[in-house]
Amino acid sequence: MNSGYTVPAVALVVVATVLVGAFGLRISRTTSDFYVASRTVGPRLNAAAISGEYLSAASFLGIAGLVLVQGPDMLWYPVGYTAGYLVLLLFVAAPLRRSGAYTLPDFAEARLASPSVRRLAGAFVIGIGWLYLLPQLQGAGLTLAVLTGAPDALGGVIVAAVVVATVAAGGMRSITFVQAFQYWLKLTALLVPALFLVLAWQGDGAPRHAFDEPAAFREQRTVRVGDTLDLTLDRPLTVTVSGTVDGHAHDGRTVRLDAGTHHVGHGTRLTFAEGDPVPATGRRGDGALTTSPSAGSGERPLYATYGLILATFLGTMGLPHVVVRFYTSPHGVAARRTTVAVLGLVGGFYLLPPLYGALGRLYAPELTLTEDADAAVLLLPDRMIGGLGGDLLGALVAGGAFAAFLSTASGLTMAVAGVLTQDVLPSRGVRHFRLGTVLAMAAPLAASILVGGLPVADAVGLAFAVSASSFCPLLVLGIWWRRLTPPGAAAGMLLGGGSAFAAVAATMAGYPGAGPLRTLLAWPALWSVPLGFLTMVAVSLATPGRVPAGTAAVLARFHLPEQLRAEVKA
Amino acid sequence: MSGFLAGLCVAVLPLLAAGFWLGRRTARPQTLGGLGTPVEHATFQTLHTASLAAPPLRAGLTEETARRSARRLRSLLGTDALCLTDGERVLAWDGVGAHHRAEIMERLAQPLETGRGEAFRLTCDAADCPVRWAVVAPLTVDDRVHGALVACAPRESAVLVRAAAEVARWVSVQLELADLDRSRTRLIEAEIKALRAQISPHFIFNSLAVIASFVRTDPERARELLLEFADFTRYSFRRHGDFTTLADELHAIEHYLALVRARFGDRLAVTLQIAPEVLPVALPFLCLQPLVENAVKHGLEGKSGTCHIQIRAQDAGAEALVVIEDDGAGMDPAVLRRILAGEVSPSGGIGLSNVDDRLRQVYGDDHGLVIETAPGAGMKITARLPKYQPGVHSAARLS
Repeated sequence: MNSGYTVPAVALVVVATVLVGAFGLRISRTTSDFYVASRTVGPRLNAAAISGEYLSAASFLGIAGLVLVQGPDMLWYPVGYTAGYLVLLLFVAAPLRRSGAYTLPDFAEARLASPSVRRLAGAFVIGIGWLYLLPQLQGAGLTLAVLTGAPDALGGVIVAAVVVATVAAGGMRSITFVQAFQYWLKLTALLVPALFLVLAWQGDGAPRHAFDEPAAFREQRTVRVGDTLDLTLDRPLTVTVSGTVDGHAHDGRTVRLDAGTHHVGHGTRLTFAEGDPVPATGRRGDGALTTSPSAGSGERPLYATYGLILATFLGTMGLPHVVVRFYTSPHGVAARRTTVAVLGLVGGFYLLPPLYGALGRLYAPELTLTEDADAAVLLLPDRMIGGLGGDLLGALVAGGAFAAFLSTASGLTMAVAGVLTQDVLPSRGVRHFRLGTVLAMAAPLAASILVGGLPVADAVGLAFAVSASSFCPLLVLGIWWRRLTPPGAAAGMLLGGGSAFAAVAATMAGYPGAGPLRTLLAWPALWSVPLGFLTMVAVSLATPGRVPAGTAAVLARFHLPEQLRAEVKA
Repeated sequence: MSGFLAGLCVAVLPLLAAGFWLGRRTARPQTLGGLGTPVEHATFQTLHTASLAAPPLRAGLTEETARRSARRLRSLLGTDALCLTDGERVLAWDGVGAHHRAEIMERLAQPLETGRGEAFRLTCDAADCPVRWAVVAPLTVDDRVHGALVACAPRESAVLVRAAAEVARWVSVQLELADLDRSRTRLIEAEIKALRAQISPHFIFNSLAVIASFVRTDPERARELLLEFADFTRYSFRRHGDFTTLADELHAIEHYLALVRARFGDRLAVTLQIAPEVLPVALPFLCLQPLVENAVKHGLEGKSGTCHIQIRAQDAGAEALVVIEDDGAGMDPAVLRRILAGEVSPSGGIGLSNVDDRLRQVYGDDHGLVIETAPGAGMKITARLPKYQPGVHSAARLS
């Protein structure tokens, strides 16, 4: 792959982000512009900003990778990521805005008047933020490694450095414009190449066998197996092998593999002939390497799908970087309108990644054998179009991918740094915000260098599960149930979110290796969300004396439209 | 291996955080050891328990605060049961024998009336009930009886009577402090109201004079200015809510500047730079307009040229940063310090000290105004407004 265009494209995205961030403010020099300068952000601009911040590496790269590896079942990811905003719209958006809360800990304090619950919510914001940042940094590393051959960690380090520098220097002064710009950049970076790819596909005779039959190689293709893996063959296959297969060393010899399972050693090169079916894979089950919940035979139980649906539907409302953007809406009604617009923008965007996944199954099927399935989006332009056009489109996609890392990572970093500064570090002030920023980024960066090969979309799915089990009960019950008490909220978050967090940790550590328990832990939402809700309700009912004194007034403020409220008071 | 390491990190980090948090919460000086003699230790224990019981009561006598302090108070007295009451009912009961609630309230009528403590025997059917005697000590604030502290014990004890009286006196002091807090809040509220009513009469005279001067020469302009004047006064005289939004406050400033500009014409140049993210921030009503008024006053004072005023509102994480800068006469910092301390009142206008006071009152002491100035060097005023603060909600709907 030609990196001659990639590096300038990525650099351009970084520079443009910093420039829009620093100078995107509306400045007025005459009083006639006064009104323009002090006009609030409209729903459409804010929706673009929310979408820009929300569409992360998981959306940009991860979904296509999952669809490529596992087929149309994975379409639940884009559906879930979008539908989360429907739940947000119906139950949370307007009351959350009317609560006046800027962050989730603010909401906890506004609703329950309890500093302890506030601190607990802050802890979960930090946990979810770090869990979400991790795949962003990894995605950046992967992108740079695939496109330029740089070391795996470099991309993550670059993103971390840029984000920390801009956030800590106060460079994100016009964050709404930056994020809105990033949304349109990301959409363009996927849409334009997608159009060309579809044209190329049409010109190729529009083959339609993407999901009907096992994917097959369209040309002779050499695959380097990064990690040890098992190949399962339905029928015998002849390949050229340099490396070890089933314990035998081969050196560029043509080998006939019988039907059944074959153990391919680390670093082996396999050359498949045109028309060969792509074998099914399973990572070796020695525990530690099985970092991906989706690794394994490729077959996900129905339970996993339901777990995913529940986590994404209910987890969106608890994402710290999304919640803060709603504060920009001037009132509850605008917050609702914004959410509707977000549904449109995000929904439109999510039509594209599955397209890349499907095309990837046709044109880059060998990616299922390597760990780099997430790179499908980046490789396709070169693979399908090639030449200068392919390079340019590839550079555009790479720029879009970096926009995805930068926007989500900066939003998350600001959210986490805000909580660190307000609730954890001893005193407030600009210098502590800088320290908070560095801390917020350092932990996930260190983790991303330690961890390898966690599929991006899966890691984000885990963050969603924790959010759905901790903040979804807090927000939904906090807004719609007047008998919620601080001990109830704390217990629900601790038990629901805590158990989801423990399950996530166990999954990432590769415990247990396989079996139903592993599925339970890899997709915790289906049991941890009800656990969170039930605990919150039960403990609240058990502590009726602890209902905060101003609950009726607080709930009235959440639910009454602002105009009505002003009239009632006047 | 890397996956395992990652999992380990994820698992260990929250544990570390929880441990740190628990440690900070439970760290008590007595765990340091080496406290000297048993007497010193006992004294320290008593003082420590008393100091722990104090904070809840500072918020006044309610069910919630009574519940939170009753446990500490009981360990202070070392009795089997302790209850706190107001004039009508038991607010909190800590310890055994809660079935005596009704009986105690009946017997309390007289001590609550006279304000004198007493001890009486409780009637109880349960043979093993350890609560036989109740010692009543009234809680008084400004010579008025607000409630009572009742300590229950198996037998009569003169020591307990005296101890209960002392503890009740200590609780009364806390309640008096709570009362003081409330009056201080009322005072600030009154100040805000006064500030609102007092919005500079000079400004009203000047504006009306300017408008009058336009009535013949430029009736259309006069009409526009009158409307600006109406909008501004409506904003400043409105009655609902103590808080507004930054957007509304900026609109008021816009009207204000239009009127000032009519008077000074081109001598005033205003630059505005607002991050739209911070427009919904709630802030105390009329706390930026006085700063702009101040900038106009200082900017034009003793100067013939044009005065530049810059108003900036920036997004800074969980806070909004508002900066108002002029290039006028400036001020001697020493004089400014005295003005802010309330020692001298500035000539005309509501002044900075009031805004400073209100910001400190609402957001805490570290959110006062930051003013950078020197004679002849202009003045730069920075206000930091948290985006969220408990109890701060704007009543207005944004346009």
